[in-house]
Amino acid sequence: MFRLTSGCWQCWLRCESEPVEPEPVKTGGGKVIRYALGPHPFGAWSKIMKNYLYHVAGLCLVATGAMADTPVLNVYTYDGFDSDWGPGPQIEAAFEETCACDLQWVAAGDGAAVLSRLRLEGDNTDADVVLGLDTNLVAAARETGLFAATDVSAEYDLPVAWEDDTFVPFDWGYFAFVANKDVEAPADFRELADSDLKIIIEDPRSSTPGLGLLMWVKAAYGDEAADIWADLADNIVTVTPGWSEAYGLFLDGESDAVLSYTTSPAYHVIAEEDDSKTSWSFAEGNYMQVEVAAKVASTDTPELADQFLAFLVTDAAQSIIPTTNWMFPAVTPETGLPEGFGDLTQPTEALLLSAEDAAAAAAPAIEEWRDALAQ
Amino acid sequence: MNLPRWPGAAVVAVLLLLTLGTLAAVLWRADSFSGLGRADWAAVRFTVIQAFVSALLSVGFAIPVARALSRRRFIGRGLLITLLGAPFILPVIVAVFGLLAVFGRNGLLNEALQWLGLSKVSIYGFSGVVLAHVFFNLPLAVRMILQGWLAIPAERFRLAASLGAPVGVLLERPMLRAVLPGAFLSIFLICLTSFAVALTLGGGPKATTVELAIYQAVRLDFALDRAALLAAVQFGLTIVAATVSFWIALPEGFGSGLDREITRWDGQKAWQKIVDFGFITLAVLFLILPLMMVILRGVAGLSDLPSSVWPAIGRSLAVALTSTALCLLASLVLALRGGRAVNVASALPLAASSLVVGTGLFVLVQPWMNPAKAALPVTIVMNALMALPFALRVIEPAVNKAEADYARLSDMLGLKGWARVRIVILPRIRRPFGFGAGLAAALSMGDLGVIALFATEKQQTLPLLMYQLLGSYRNDAAAGAALVLLGLSLALFWLFDRGGRVDADA
Amino acid sequence: MLTLDALEITQGDFRLGADMSFEAGQVTALIGPSGAGKSTLLSVVNGFFRQTSGRVLWQGKAIDDLQPDERPVATLFQDNNLFPHLTIAQNVGLALGPKLSFGSDPRVAEMLSAVGLTGMEGRKPARLSGGQQSRAALARVLLMDRPIVLLDEPFSALGPGLRTEMLDLVRSKLLTPDRCILLVTHDPDDARRSSDTVALIDDSEVAPPVPTEELFANPPERLKTYLGI
Repeated sequence: MFRLTSGCWQCWLRCESEPVEPEPVKTGGGKVIRYALGPHPFGAWSKIMKNYLYHVAGLCLVATGAMADTPVLNVYTYDGFDSDWGPGPQIEAAFEETCACDLQWVAAGDGAAVLSRLRLEGDNTDADVVLGLDTNLVAAARETGLFAATDVSAEYDLPVAWEDDTFVPFDWGYFAFVANKDVEAPADFRELADSDLKIIIEDPRSSTPGLGLLMWVKAAYGDEAADIWADLADNIVTVTPGWSEAYGLFLDGESDAVLSYTTSPAYHVIAEEDDSKTSWSFAEGNYMQVEVAAKVASTDTPELADQFLAFLVTDAAQSIIPTTNWMFPAVTPETGLPEGFGDLTQPTEALLLSAEDAAAAAAPAIEEWRDALAQ
Repeated sequence: MNLPRWPGAAVVAVLLLLTLGTLAAVLWRADSFSGLGRADWAAVRFTVIQAFVSALLSVGFAIPVARALSRRRFIGRGLLITLLGAPFILPVIVAVFGLLAVFGRNGLLNEALQWLGLSKVSIYGFSGVVLAHVFFNLPLAVRMILQGWLAIPAERFRLAASLGAPVGVLLERPMLRAVLPGAFLSIFLICLTSFAVALTLGGGPKATTVELAIYQAVRLDFALDRAALLAAVQFGLTIVAATVSFWIALPEGFGSGLDREITRWDGQKAWQKIVDFGFITLAVLFLILPLMMVILRGVAGLSDLPSSVWPAIGRSLAVALTSTALCLLASLVLALRGGRAVNVASALPLAASSLVVGTGLFVLVQPWMNPAKAALPVTIVMNALMALPFALRVIEPAVNKAEADYARLSDMLGLKGWARVRIVILPRIRRPFGFGAGLAAALSMGDLGVIALFATEKQQTLPLLMYQLLGSYRNDAAAGAALVLLGLSLALFWLFDRGGRVDADA
Repeated sequence: MLTLDALEITQGDFRLGADMSFEAGQVTALIGPSGAGKSTLLSVVNGFFRQTSGRVLWQGKAIDDLQPDERPVATLFQDNNLFPHLTIAQNVGLALGPKLSFGSDPRVAEMLSAVGLTGMEGRKPARLSGGQQSRAALARVLLMDRPIVLLDEPFSALGPGLRTEMLDLVRSKLLTPDRCILLVTHDPDDARRSSDTVALIDDSEVAPPVPTEELFANPPERLKTYLGI
């Protein structure tokens, strides 16, 4: 039923990325474990069908002529990226000016949905590039063996050093509790837990910010994380399936604060001329999310894919990000950040677990979280 | 009726393919096998309990409301009955926001309490889940039970009145016994697959439903085996519930003829009238107030809507109309075939996990065509599938009645096969057919479908656009889109329902 | 001649036997208490109920294996003789085949005028009186032109005057030398007035038809009991 299906959509936005300790993220290189997917059950048939469709399509292309020689770059991304007001349309236009190609967005749910889809498709995928995985998904993505290394790199303006030969960061943000300015900000999680403040958070099992929060508490408190969650229980109004519901409920006054990003207030300032929102910097640091893109190993246009990844970290693309995706650009454009981004809360410390640590921590952290809150 | 048997068999086969077949496809793609964990079973337990309580309360509250509606006449009764159907066809998130505008921390209720100097109440938690489920399903229960009441011939009430016999024991109790199990079952099954409602209002991981566990299995862990197992548990629960319910009583149809008024000779005492209108008022407040809040919020957001709302509306209408046609065709074929197997097969979509169906369909479709191209067709098929149980429940009793009344005459005249359907059955079932069409159209209008995995290329439907707006801080515009969605859903429902009535002969 | 050859009908505890023939060119009334199986017997003849044993023959040929519409039988049921959503002309036209367009066949108008419904072609049944509805149904039976006509208390909802009128119409329009008409009734007056022969149904047996006058002049015990004399 309609209402029962909606879950898929609610989480998609705001993909976040992954944690790394304050010190440089060590990703890249190393182990590429081939994900244990067997050959696709319909592999052979699909090849035949593809050939058939190719011929049919070929006829159409001959008939229409003009498009016939334009190479197509298929980029899988999450849904919000390609919305009318997201970065997608502008980035597409800018890239197509330089590449003599046809960039086609294929938008599926959120980052986790994109990765699920890629895993289902395996080597038969049409994707050339995947854009919008976050650091929590990187380890799983790497393990599939579906991504190929690239030599694209840049002078990233990330609070952490980034070295990875496969996953190219294109934007990032800090998780933070967003609240109205007239609410007195707690200094850290303990103070928040001791207060009467009401918060709304996202579920880590269905939403990337939710998982980010879990990693945040884990990175900051380690073995004490369970106690923090137990203390926070009476502050949590509710747990939503995705960012959209949580933020919507917060705007409707259902809570004092909501788990979102330090960049969220910038939207209200820039788009709505409303400066009543702020975000809280916590003494233990704020957890980061880095969003990445990567080339798919089975792409039939590897050069074009590399060209796109390289384009992604140029000023042309990076200057589009802040006011469309409401995140920090991975490389600050020469023109600087838009007004409104300058006044944002600056966390004292950036927290991020490495992709491998985050992947290893996720399952036990979810169990710990569930047990602590289900009391 | 001399209809060929293959269309019915084909529809049942498609139903099984879409429900159990997709589950099998997911299982097939799984590359490891492990059982269900402790948390999974906790989710199963919570799911069953909340579904049970939600169904119990929905049905319990629906009984006095339906009785009041069946024996009182007042201006706007027809309109009220139509509006009462609105929550049922509302996209879940819209309804949740509407509910919170009334019952939330900042809602009307708490403002009133504060004004009275009382302390605020919080609905988050088990009570919130049940409240929302009652909100969604009370209208369905009222309709089904009201139908039962209106099906009691007026003469019996007259007879009971002339004998001074108690109407309750004589007429109402047997009717309720026939109707309630079906109503309870439907709502129980709907609540069984609840996801967003339970999570948003549940207040935390205590309120974990099976659907969320499936979500986690597919999306976070990519544990397709566990997702398939959980989905199988949902089907198992459905089959048990359906069997128990069929065993207690055969479900009645619901839907047609609700604007009929029956003259009653009982229940005319002043206190009974007060009680009846009290229940009607309560139901109106409970159901209509959140709707009003949706409308109020939406009106303000209409001007913020992006221009892409127009193509989205067009796409949504096209999807809704096509899936309605498909759903009605399938329902008609199944209703003509009849039988218990058909009933069980048609209950399966209620219990299907949309994520598992979507994933399974993806696995099945992907080798054959680009899933992005399949997004809209798949949405159409899925919407038709999800509306089928409801449409069938409306149409099947009507087909049975038409056959009971006119089978002999038709047989004697040699009206067989398609001619019989066209000349006799279809005109006889116009009203319920129209109602079923309205229901299916409205349901698929608000449905997001299972296209999460079927990446779309600029193919948003209206609900998807609404979620995109909500997902990019544009809450006002999202509220506007929700209002457009609500308006279109109700308009479609009204048009089809009306179309079935105009010029329909008794 | 319609022959019931060693017919045995059972349905749960109910049992009925019949072994007799009905002559063409006559109206035979079937009378008996309710529950005796009058309507069930008709159902065996028109093909809606299968007998346990024995045969039904028309002109010496068994018709048991024919579908209802293939049998040489037309029936007027107790109710639901007209489709309420079709016009009178369409209803009558269905006698010619499963197409609504037969409603405009000239024979339809002819039959309607024969039963006194000229000009009513375009009306739906709800806009006709009870008597007119019966006439319309009769017009269809006329148009079907089958050699066996079964009347299963079709006029029981009408008042006595109208009922008499309808039965007279049946005799004048429907009764031809090669047609066999069976009339189920619980009213002995109807039988006395409209039938040539009467078959009593009681005690699980159908008695062979006896000329009406003879029967009423010298009623057997069973009839006396039934009539309460």
